[in-house]
Parts: sequence; structure tokens; C-alpha cells
Amino acid sequence: MAGLRLANPTMLASGILGYSAETLESIVDGGTGAVVTKSVGSKPRVGYANPTIVQTSCGLINAMGLPNPGIDEFVKEIREAKTVLNVPLIVSVYGFSAEEYATVAKKAVDAGAHAIELNVSCPHVRETGSEIGQNPRILAEVVEKVKAVVDKPVFVKLSPNVTSIAEIAEAATKAGADAITAINTIKAMAIDTETAIPILGNRTGGLSGSAIKPTAIRCVYEIYERVKVPIIGCGGIVNWRDAVEFLLAGASAVQIGTAVAQKGPNVFRAVTRGINVYLKRKGFESVNKIVGLSHRS
Amino acid sequence: MKTFTFKDKHCATAEPGQFLMLWIPGVDEIPLSILDARKNGEVMVAVKKVGEATRALHSKKVGEVIGIRGPFGNSFSMKKGKILMVGGGTGIAPLLFLAKKMASKTAKLVFVTGAKTKRELMFIDELGELCSKGNVVATTEDGSYGVKGLATTPLETLLAKERFDMVYACGPERMMLKILVLAEKHGMALEVSLERLMRCAIGLCGSCVVGKYRVCRDGPVFTASQLGEIRKEFGISKRDFDGKRMSLE
Repeated sequence: MAGLRLANPTMLASGILGYSAETLESIVDGGTGAVVTKSVGSKPRVGYANPTIVQTSCGLINAMGLPNPGIDEFVKEIREAKTVLNVPLIVSVYGFSAEEYATVAKKAVDAGAHAIELNVSCPHVRETGSEIGQNPRILAEVVEKVKAVVDKPVFVKLSPNVTSIAEIAEAATKAGADAITAINTIKAMAIDTETAIPILGNRTGGLSGSAIKPTAIRCVYEIYERVKVPIIGCGGIVNWRDAVEFLLAGASAVQIGTAVAQKGPNVFRAVTRGINVYLKRKGFESVNKIVGLSHRS
Repeated sequence: MKTFTFKDKHCATAEPGQFLMLWIPGVDEIPLSILDARKNGEVMVAVKKVGEATRALHSKKVGEVIGIRGPFGNSFSMKKGKILMVGGGTGIAPLLFLAKKMASKTAKLVFVTGAKTKRELMFIDELGELCSKGNVVATTEDGSYGVKGLATTPLETLLAKERFDMVYACGPERMMLKILVLAEKHGMALEVSLERLMRCAIGLCGSCVVGKYRVCRDGPVFTASQLGEIRKEFGISKRDFDGKRMSLE
């Protein structure tokens, strides 16, 4: 897919564990086809004060604030991960300018990243993330600058917090994106009723988990009708049926994040097995045969 | 150090070793070991004033509202036979909870508790009620009470003299590393409770990882053999807010 060989169509979504080679290894042991690291920027960032997560009855809201040690420190983990992981390593990158995205992406690729995923969709850090991904012109500039300096596949992870995600996806692919990841979290908030205080340290954050799956399915469906590059579906996948739904909507692979909390790293193996059983039962030779199948009906 | 009691039906079912996330509205959310959990729904934690969050908590008055998530993590095994517990500073909290649950079922319970000074030594009376006479050993760094030295000071003689079926420890990581070395030397089983930076507490964010383990989900209680797998980090380094490794010294 997009120049990467995947043993199965599941991947670890960015932001989940992914600080260290050793934790990524435990996810690979759980059967994931590829891993995406936490987002890394040009400088260290400590992230927001707690609470950084709210467990609501319908999903998680998080506002970690992109904590990361900075690319110059993180290249050590990339190099170590390369020696211990037997699946593609995708490094998630953020920046506060197109130049910064390009510099970090280049350092990650030089350290051995198999691909780059551009985080242009984090909903809770100002002047990066979705503030870039919500503007097709700025987004195109970021993608072009990154593509100019790296020779590895570049995925662009999009935000659902836009009027037309398909339009944004089109801008990203015209600028050279090799794949589209959809979706990042949905901007959200929780307020404590006893004290009338917003719970998250940052007040707002991003909603993930089952609650966002229908939105994510719709986004993938719309993007598939607009662009030719592979789509990586993400948002609320807990079991094989969720994953198959994404494939039918047009995704070529899927990312799983929040479900790692409920099901542990073995969720990847369970989802992969379920997809294979489904393909066999329905008489399809491979995953590719069902990608976008729902568009024919 | 102050103890706080509140009602929370989830944490009231907690086992010794588990922790909770306590939200001080508008200030911060911090991980705390559970000091006690009762059938009537009451839960207790012991908190030392160390920073902004704990200062804010200390200034709360009876009846004010806090937020609670939990209980999280695994718990200490409840081994029968001769038991040794070693608590350093606030590390005594989960062990006191464990001692309360186990005291009547053990063949012998020896409790070593260490603090900087007599003033910081906590729960001496409670320990006296749980352990037989002579089985509570207190240490202070300034010698203002009990044995002068660290909680590890009396251990070398204790472990050489007597075989324990299990050693439980919680406290500063350098102390626990020393205990691991002693337990290995004397061939005794050991479980320790680790502390790391906590954010999500549900195994997602990676803030608390040590080696391949997530302290919030795979711990906080680890066995001696698990500690062997994380020897490169245990007692040596932890991750800071930006995920970078920092020295524990």
C-alpha cells in the first residue's frame, strides 16, 4: 500500500504509546501490520497539564498537547525501533511551519523511517495540526515542502473538523500525498457538572473511540470518491466488523488506537483474523477486492 | 502528610497496590496509591505536600468536591506465610492497605518503615496494631526515632537471619533497587510498586512506560523477575513530561 508492504491491513494509530522502541515492539507482538509513532516536532514539548484525558460514556476525549522529546532526541528511538521491529515504521510529524514539517520529516527518514505521516489534524494545539489541515492552501505547501526533501511515502492525516474533508484530501493529493489517513479525533469538550469547570487542562480536546466511527466511515467514503491514492481508515475501530466497514467505504488499511486500552495489543491480531474469516466466508481472494465495494451499490 | 477520605463506589472495590487519579478541579489530576477501600464506599489516600496540586488538595475543606477515576492497575499478590513489608516515605500507603488485608492470614508479618525524620513517620500506631510486638521496625535518616538510617539499613541483618516467603516494597526507586539486589542475594520473592509520570492511566498515552511495560496497566506492582527485564531503567531513569529519559538520582 502506497509503497509499503504490510503483512496485514492493521496499523497502530499515532499518539498511542509510541514513545519508545520497546513499547512499539509490544504492539508488534500483538499482530499489527505497521506502527505509527507519536507525533514528533522540531523541539521538545512537555504537553498540557492534567487532566489530559476524560473517559466519557461514549468515548475518550484527550488533550495531551503533543508531548514529545523533539526529533533530535527521537531519532535514537527510530534507529532502535528499526533494529527490533519487523514491520514498517511510520513516523508522525508535526510542525509550526512548512519548513519545520520538512526538516523533521527529513531527519526521521534519514534515521530510517519507512514512511512519514503528517499530523495536520491535531485539534488541540494552536498554529499546527488542524489549523494547518483546515486550510487547503497551507496544507498543500506543507505537503510539497515535505515531498521535496524525503524519498519515502508521505501520508497525510486529516481532521474531520472541516466543511469538506474530500476537498482537503484532494488538495493534499494534488500536492503529492501518497496516502490519506482519515480521521483524527473530533474536537470535543467535557464539563464537570458539580463544579461547572471544563475538565481537561486544555479545556478542549479530541474525541476518539466508537462514538466517532460513523463520522469516520462517512469521511472515508467521501474521500474515496474524490482521490485515487490509498486511504487509511481510522476512528473507533474495535473489532473486525468495524475494520471491514472501513474497507468497504474505501480504506485500503486501518489504524487502531483507543481500542488498545480496552483490548490490549492483541486487538490487531483479533481484527486481522476476523477480516480473513470474513473474506473467506464471502469468497474474496484478498483485502483489495473489498476496498471501496460499497460504492458499487 | 495528610489523609483524605471520600466516597467513590468504584474505588471502594480496589485491591491493595491499585491506584486512582484524583482531580483537583481547575488545578491538576494526580495519581495516588489507595490507602484504604471500605465496603461502605469510603476510600482513603495519603498525600504529602510536594507541589501545586498537593498544596491545593491540602487546602481543601471537608465537603468540597474532587474528581476520582479508578481504580487502575494491578495489585499485590496475597502470599501466605512469613511476610516482610518495606515502605519508604509515602510508599507506606499501599503497604498499610495490604497489611490490613493480610495481617490475619500471615504466619508472621514484619514491617519496616522509613522516613526522613520522626515527624514524617506515619501510621506507627496502626502498624503496631497489625504486627506483633517487635515486628515493626522504624528508621529515620536523622535518627530522631528508631534506627538511624534508611529503610534498607536493617534489611541486610533481617534477611540474613530469617527466610521470608515474600517481600513487598514501595518507596523511592533507589531504595527498591537496593531491596531487589538484597532479595536476589538471599533468594527471596519480591514485589514492588513503581511510580511514573501518569496521564491517561488506561494504557494509551505511553507516559508511564518502563521498558516494555506500562506502569498504569501492566503495573504498578512488578515482580522481581519483571524488574530483571527492565534493569536498564529500574532505579536508574524515568521519562519526563516530554518523553525524554531523565536520571532518577
